[in-house]
Amino acid sequence: MQPNVNVISLVSVGRHPQSGRARRAEQDGRAVELGLKLAGKNLTVVHAGNPQEPVLRQYAGMGLSSLTVLEQAQGCDALPALVSFLTENSVNIVLTGVRSENGESSGMLPYLLADQLNWPLVPRVADIVSVSAESAEVLLALPRGQRRSVIVTLPFIASVDNAAQEARQTAFGPGLRADFHVLAMDTVVDEAAHQWKITAAKPRPKRLKVVKAKTAADRMKAATAKPVGSGGKIMKNETPEEKAKAIFDLLLEEKVVR
Amino acid sequence: MMLDWLVPTLISVLLVLAGIGAVRRMNMWRAGQAEKVDMLAGLLAMPKRYLHDLHHVVDRDKYISRTHVATGGGFVLAMVLVVFVHLFGVDSKILAWALLAALVMMFCGALFVYKRRINPPSRLSKGPWMRLPKSLLTFSITFFVLTLPAAGVLPEGFGGWLLTLVLSVLILMSLSEMLFGMTWGGPMKHAFAGALHLAFHRRPERFGGGRSTGLKPVDFGDGVSVKEVLGVAKPTDFKWNQLLGFDACVQCGRCEAVCPAFAAGQPLNPKKLIQDMVVGFAGGTDENYAGSPYPGIDLGHAKGAPNQIITDGLIHPDTLWSCTTCRACVEECPMMIEHVDAIVDMRRFLTLEKGSTPNKGAQVLENIIATDNPNGYAPASRTHWAADQNLPVMKDVKQADVLFWVSDGAFDMRSQRILRAFVKLMKAANVDVAILGDEELDSGDVARRLGDDATFQSLAKRNLATLSTYQFNKIVTTDPHAFHCLKNEYGDFGSDALQNVEVLHHTTFLNRLVKDGLLQLEPFKGGKVTYHDPCYLGRYNGEYEAPRELLASLGIDVAEMERSKFRSRCCGGGGGAPITDIPGERRIADMRMEDVVSTGASMVAVGCQQCTAMLEGVVEPRPVVKDIAEILAGQLIEETH
Ligand code: SF4
Ligand code: SF4
Repeated sequence: MQPNVNVISLVSVGRHPQSGRARRAEQDGRAVELGLKLAGKNLTVVHAGNPQEPVLRQYAGMGLSSLTVLEQAQGCDALPALVSFLTENSVNIVLTGVRSENGESSGMLPYLLADQLNWPLVPRVADIVSVSAESAEVLLALPRGQRRSVIVTLPFIASVDNAAQEARQTAFGPGLRADFHVLAMDTVVDEAAHQWKITAAKPRPKRLKVVKAKTAADRMKAATAKPVGSGGKIMKNETPEEKAKAIFDLLLEEKVVR
Repeated sequence: MMLDWLVPTLISVLLVLAGIGAVRRMNMWRAGQAEKVDMLAGLLAMPKRYLHDLHHVVDRDKYISRTHVATGGGFVLAMVLVVFVHLFGVDSKILAWALLAALVMMFCGALFVYKRRINPPSRLSKGPWMRLPKSLLTFSITFFVLTLPAAGVLPEGFGGWLLTLVLSVLILMSLSEMLFGMTWGGPMKHAFAGALHLAFHRRPERFGGGRSTGLKPVDFGDGVSVKEVLGVAKPTDFKWNQLLGFDACVQCGRCEAVCPAFAAGQPLNPKKLIQDMVVGFAGGTDENYAGSPYPGIDLGHAKGAPNQIITDGLIHPDTLWSCTTCRACVEECPMMIEHVDAIVDMRRFLTLEKGSTPNKGAQVLENIIATDNPNGYAPASRTHWAADQNLPVMKDVKQADVLFWVSDGAFDMRSQRILRAFVKLMKAANVDVAILGDEELDSGDVARRLGDDATFQSLAKRNLATLSTYQFNKIVTTDPHAFHCLKNEYGDFGSDALQNVEVLHHTTFLNRLVKDGLLQLEPFKGGKVTYHDPCYLGRYNGEYEAPRELLASLGIDVAEMERSKFRSRCCGGGGGAPITDIPGERRIADMRMEDVVSTGASMVAVGCQQCTAMLEGVVEPRPVVKDIAEILAGQLIEETH
């Protein structure tokens, strides 16, 4: 759409929820799909990790002629490698998944990237409607199919929500033929993660939900409703300072900022 | 006589033109991919293949088989003799009389061709094909008159130059059709290409009553370099003898008449598909095609060229995805053309290169890749259905007489009823049986029919690796699709896991148990029963009798449907068709259920979980659908201790 805008999609190795097998990660696939929509052939797709990983071919099979791999050994921190890659290349939009399906899966990567690059982060986007030289119109995904349209100045990082366009089918042949640009990186072992002991999660028993609804419509609502916090207020007409103050107060109150 | 030179000249000119045309045509075929063929053996075997195998298929329609023998045989004989008598001027009364006899035979045949063409059924192509009987008649009459003097019936020079001139015009007309048209794309092309197609057929095992139904594997190369294209993108990506095969089509439309997708109004007509392949490798459009179109797609817009991507303008992908791979067309084709191979070859391109498997296709393939079953269930839940069955698992017992291949029916509640019924029967007969449990993977059938041969081959190899670690004499499955893969397609991957192992469908196996007196069954007292032959059991594997014998052992006199055994109509469930779900005017399963209803049966017996699912999907009221294992289990006399 905008050949002069550089778009990068970051991809990771996913994990199938039923089989535990490596796969193209659900949200990362959507990040590539959105990237292809924005940049077409000019999209750069980057993975930090093992260039021999077969799953990368599944991303490449979405029609990428090449894929960039920042080579890293197992157990290394992807963040420094990605930061140095992004600072060295002039990038306008970085697309990631919301959280990885593997490893820590903390969902922190886009935040940490944004923090280190000093770029805005747009969380959980459903679509990027248009991109101009300075800014982009982005649709945020809200619960229950709602969308919010925001204008974001470039450059920025966006994490792609499950509401975004589903990743296209991957084709085996082009996936095999894609070139991998493997870049050697100074790798930093993730010391903290090294100390952790990882065990399989046990599903916690679910609390029974007693639905008292009388009609089908009520039951439908009860089944689909997201818990809505009772507090909070909507501020539309206040000045930015007032809004910022309100957020800051809330963060203090919730002990996020001390 | 002044015009003595005219007839021989005409004949030789047309022979030369035919020769040029033949070389030109052969070069079109040679543009295809290399394929090893034993040329000499093929050529030597050709007459027998024609007289025996091809005739065997044609003979299902006695009218046309006799007509064809008279016309075709008469023509070939006459043409050879014409060369001797009229071109080389061999002066022999015997030859001349032989020629007269051949022409009479041909004339009689041509009369019947003519008769069939007076009010032709819709499956036949019209256009130039309507002219053919007239050309045949002209040929036989002309040369008959021309030969009379040589036979001594008429004096030399009878009729003078006027008759010679008239005859020459007629010769030109008929020989143009018979010789020139043969190699330049006229209706007679089928004789030339057909003969060579029989000689160089890609599946020579089919001749002499053999069966060859397994798809050929995609060559993924040596693992170092990746091939330029996987599957068939352009006509020249077919093997050369596949192109030759397409050219052999006589446009008889027998394939069209039996195709379930065509009958359902989906955009597929196997005859048109083969003609489009010809348009593709010869270049041009489908304007001159004079048969039924693909339902819902107008003629005249399809364009093709040898190096043009087929799905870009020649064939709509929906046409390819409508096929259920039921093989009814292949079974019925007198020229032994392989429609299913061609369709799957082109699907391979769409899936492996374009990533455009329609509808649920992409998701199913992704599930198979990630979980080894099409619905993405947890692999660790594969054996849940057998929690109460007390079945030994190979991992524990290492060997058994019978390995029960459960198939993905393990995940489906309806199919589980079939599995349990079969287990009950095996237990009653004290069969030494074990299952693979969670080690079993999807057979790869669906992935392969959807064109994803990479996934199929991966599954096949992993399944074979598992199988090779255990000892068993037989492998039995209730799923004809898995049966077909195990029996006919796993052999291509260089494993000896199935060597000396009998691969059996459960009806075959149960029939043996019944015959050996291992099952005590009480006669079936319900109403009328009919039997639906699953494509992958019947046409793919030739098992028509065991299910019928089993039903007979219960005292059931099967009320056969009009389309049964090798003519059975597909349930609509094969080839991934329910996944790609190309819309038509009707559903194939509904049509099959109408076949069932028309027998007056209150129950239809099947031998396939997929058929069960498809037929049970037809809205009620309708006859009951039951797998043969379920029917038998219901009649089992259980010993009480
Ligand atoms: S493909 Fe075979 S059955 Fe179909 S029209 Fe041609 S010759 Fe007849
Ligand atoms: S295999 Fe069956 S569905 Fe496919 S073209 Fe042939 S007859 Fe039609």
